[in-house]
Amino acid sequence: MSERILMRGNEALCEGAITAGCRYYFGYPITPQNEVPAYMAMRMPEVGGVFLQAESEIGSINMVWGASLAGKRAMTSSSSPGISLMQEGISYLAAGELPAVIVNMVRGGPGLGNIAPAQSDYFQAVKGGGHGDYRTIVLAPATVHELTHLMIDAFDLADIYRMPVVVLGDGALGQMTEALTLPKPSNRKIAEKDYILDGCKGRKPRTIKSLRLSPQGALEELNLKLKAKYDEIMEKEPRYETYEIDDAEIVIVSFGMASRIARVSVMRAREKGIKVGLVRPITLWPFPEGLIAELASKDRVRSFIDVEMNLGQMVEDVRLAVNGKKEVFFYGRTAGVLPDEDELLQKIVEVDG
Amino acid sequence: MKTDTVNTETLKAVYKHPESLKRVKMHYCPGCGHGIIHKLLAQCIDELGIREETIIVAPVGCSVLIYNYYNCDGTESAHGRAQAVSTGLKRALPDRTIICYQGDGDLAAIGTAESLHAANRGENFTVIFVNNAIYGMTGGQMAPTTLIGQRTKTSPYGRDEGNSGMPLRWCELLTEMEGPAYIERTSVHDVKHVMRTKKAIKKGIEYQQKGFGYSFVEILSMCPTNWGMTSLQAAEWVKESMEPYYPLGVLRDRGNGGDK
Repeated sequence: MSERILMRGNEALCEGAITAGCRYYFGYPITPQNEVPAYMAMRMPEVGGVFLQAESEIGSINMVWGASLAGKRAMTSSSSPGISLMQEGISYLAAGELPAVIVNMVRGGPGLGNIAPAQSDYFQAVKGGGHGDYRTIVLAPATVHELTHLMIDAFDLADIYRMPVVVLGDGALGQMTEALTLPKPSNRKIAEKDYILDGCKGRKPRTIKSLRLSPQGALEELNLKLKAKYDEIMEKEPRYETYEIDDAEIVIVSFGMASRIARVSVMRAREKGIKVGLVRPITLWPFPEGLIAELASKDRVRSFIDVEMNLGQMVEDVRLAVNGKKEVFFYGRTAGVLPDEDELLQKIVEVDG
Repeated sequence: MKTDTVNTETLKAVYKHPESLKRVKMHYCPGCGHGIIHKLLAQCIDELGIREETIIVAPVGCSVLIYNYYNCDGTESAHGRAQAVSTGLKRALPDRTIICYQGDGDLAAIGTAESLHAANRGENFTVIFVNNAIYGMTGGQMAPTTLIGQRTKTSPYGRDEGNSGMPLRWCELLTEMEGPAYIERTSVHDVKHVMRTKKAIKKGIEYQQKGFGYSFVEILSMCPTNWGMTSLQAAEWVKESMEPYYPLGVLRDRGNGGDK
């Protein structure tokens, strides 16, 4: 087992990306993810890569499109307002079927909001954000260790499915220094990229684009192809972690930083004899709806509590998965305020009746 | 009809269809300058022998489908972002030739930030900037390059300086930066200027091949459809109305010992 070290989330994720083979980073400063471009500016020249501070997040995401066209592993990072600016580019990446990794260290919103940790970009990340019929894989790490290791998965999944992958953290995860072991390079088999643009030497010219005006139905054909890909991802890729779920009568669903607080409340509720457990989705899309649906149909499970650092966004997906079989409650704090373990414990006690 | 047999051995080819250009029908309107400029670019690619190492970056605008017309790799970019795309692509493939083809709305309005910063960084690619003083694809709205008094769909009383500012002279703007290696403004309104435009495009690409940095060719071009003119009137209008405001010539040449 490799050595345990201490690193800040924003810097550790860069090491994960470099191990994944990312050699192209394009970014623009915004708090609370400034350590990412600073670290990449230092490290990319050391590993023979390219670091470029773009003129804006719009520039960043379109530079990622450019490097990805050439088949290179490329990424950008930002925080909420900057990610809003990238949404058009993410939509293009989805339509052009180009791999890319986008890290969002979410801050309080809407608007300029604040720079405190938040999960209020769940809708934006999971439901599309940009225009058109598309999806992005969304990975939601809860620790610096997991964040670093998920960077490997993010690049692999982006290449395997040829699509943008969002790593959704929050200001705390990026800023926090925690113990971790660095990941090893992945041994996943990634098919050779037979679609890239590098000049048409010895082959027919290729085009990578999203415009599909003709023939009639060309765009629908693309969208249905994307849908088939998304169906495969929903089948194969949902990931989650469970805690104390085997005899749970109340199921808490919570992701990322909020799930760490929820976990403490679960432990304290257990001390009071309340049978409560935790489901932590690691992929927010594909959402682990199968597991939630299965739990909802168990007789012993009485209710669900969704816990988030927002006013209730993932709760909509929990309700869809529960499908009216059990009651779904919500507890959350918004605007960069962390959920309180005492408040959550009180909520569990209330729900327990 | 009976045709006579021609002995091709005694004939000398003086013109042929460029290999880089596909034999397909283009979607451009009659009298539009894009077709001429596309052909010039294809001839340059052929003459430099770089068809298989060239990647063409399309804008959003009338030339959005440019990749359909070349026997080269090609891509599109979101509106205005062609130079950010070209930056990422060129950084990833420094030994390939990147041609970034943009219109005036794409480059000089919505893509202002990307265009200025790529130029300022001296990115080593070639920009072909087609200035026809109007938004063509969307049906003739005011562009940043629309002349004062010019009537468009969104300047029905004529462009008014007080309301919309003066038309942007992009080449002159670029001269304020150290980044660009080559800046020239040409026109395609007559044969002489078409030939001059070809030379400029070729030089721009050669400079990219030599690693001199950012090369920029602005081409004044016709849009008879949206100007409400015949093709001949449109060519005349480029000469009479556009040229005085957008003077032709080399604004910078840092290649081959030149330091202008």
